[in-house]
Amino acid sequence: MPVTAPSSSEYLPIIVFTLVGIGFVGATLLFSRLIQPHAPSKAKNSTYECGVAPTGNAWQQFNPHYYLFALLFVVFDVEAAFLYPWALAYRRVGMYAVGEMILFVVLLGAGLVYAWRRGALEWE
Amino acid sequence: MTSGILRSRRPIRAAEVGLGISITVAIIAIASAIPHLPWQLLKPLTSFVARYPLLNALANAAMVANFVALQCLGFIWLERKFAGWMQARVGPMHVGWKGLLQTVADAVKLLLKEDIVPTDADKPLFALAPYLVFVPSLLTFMVLPFTSAWVGYDLPLGALFVLSISTTSILGVFAAGWGSNNKYSLLGGVRAIAQLLSYDVPLILVMLSVVMLSGTMSLTGIVTQQEKLWNIAAHPLLMIPAFLIFLICTLAEVNRAPFDLPEAESELVSGFHTEYSGMRFAFFFLAEFANNFFSAGLAVTLFFGGWLGAGLPAAVWFTLKTLCVIFLMMWIRWTLPRLRIDQMMSFCWKVLVPASMALICAAAIAGVSH
Repeated sequence: MPVTAPSSSEYLPIIVFTLVGIGFVGATLLFSRLIQPHAPSKAKNSTYECGVAPTGNAWQQFNPHYYLFALLFVVFDVEAAFLYPWALAYRRVGMYAVGEMILFVVLLGAGLVYAWRRGALEWE
Repeated sequence: MTSGILRSRRPIRAAEVGLGISITVAIIAIASAIPHLPWQLLKPLTSFVARYPLLNALANAAMVANFVALQCLGFIWLERKFAGWMQARVGPMHVGWKGLLQTVADAVKLLLKEDIVPTDADKPLFALAPYLVFVPSLLTFMVLPFTSAWVGYDLPLGALFVLSISTTSILGVFAAGWGSNNKYSLLGGVRAIAQLLSYDVPLILVMLSVVMLSGTMSLTGIVTQQEKLWNIAAHPLLMIPAFLIFLICTLAEVNRAPFDLPEAESELVSGFHTEYSGMRFAFFFLAEFANNFFSAGLAVTLFFGGWLGAGLPAAVWFTLKTLCVIFLMMWIRWTLPRLRIDQMMSFCWKVLVPASMALICAAAIAGVSH
């Protein structure tokens, strides 16, 4: 099956679905706003911290370890972006394409092993 | 039960409650009637709609949005009944027959609840988050084929579209976690990002192995490829491990126990949506159940032949298979305790990612030697 680039009109349903989704959320929230009570108070609108007065701000430093996983994800997500088009075409190219892809996966695997050995996957 | 509402400055009138209930009932009645409509009589209308791509897309989008909203009513009831059964309780019993209308009552209640925005919150982000979480889950339903004809839009790049769009909802989760300016929300938000991003990697690779064997990214195409044999039976050595990895990853993607760390009640109150109330909270909930149904439907599409089956109508087959996967997910949820974050992350990166990388290499060799 030949793979052709989608024309712009093929994306029309995606745009319409997005707009309908936004409209659905917006309309429901608006409808809810019309029928709900509105009685804000200082205590009610304060940040929830199990009933006691909140101390400090939540916008502060957090464990940088989360960044390492985000970086690893970017690497593997790019891998996916390369491999999906390849997956549609590799049978026509044959064993050569498979060999190249395995080489690519092994390179990425080496990266994972490196991150593993350096302790990026350990949680402290 | 009523005292909270009655004490507020502007009391709810009985007429408003009646209005809410009647609108909800009307929506359900209309949506449930859609499959039974005599389509022959509507032929002039449907052919008119089909002539204009914009109208066609609008009609499909309305149908899908309706389905997403309504399947939750049934799904949540099922989940509560199932949880009750697992824990030797009866579950909801009072509203409607066997508590069948309990979710409807809850939806009406959420519509009538005050929408509280914390003073310290980042207001634009706080307001944006429900949209960012719900719209992607609606978009993924667009490509899910219920039958060969009954699909919102059969995108040729379906599988890739699902992966890219479902990752987008992470933005909404973090907008909620950061925008709330609440420590529980922030912790829930960063945990959610770490978990969703990590478990996306094996998910991408496993779906890739199915795409490789099918030779198409269209979800309808993947199902029609399985006409002779379902994927799980056609390549059992590859597809059974693939399905297991897929199931684990989707459990993590929809924040279900044992992977419900982003909203772990016993540590984080309710995680990234702690500060949300009323309908905004409802959209997080709705998106979660919609994602859950979608993951089960996607598992059926990729591994169990989608709508294919003998005897029963195609849509019935699809629903039955999807329900089986949903029950499997519920069973896991109500059986296993929650993991710790270090266990969860190392399980993903040290077990699932290498396993799925090996899987795609094996699938490539199997595919080319066919």
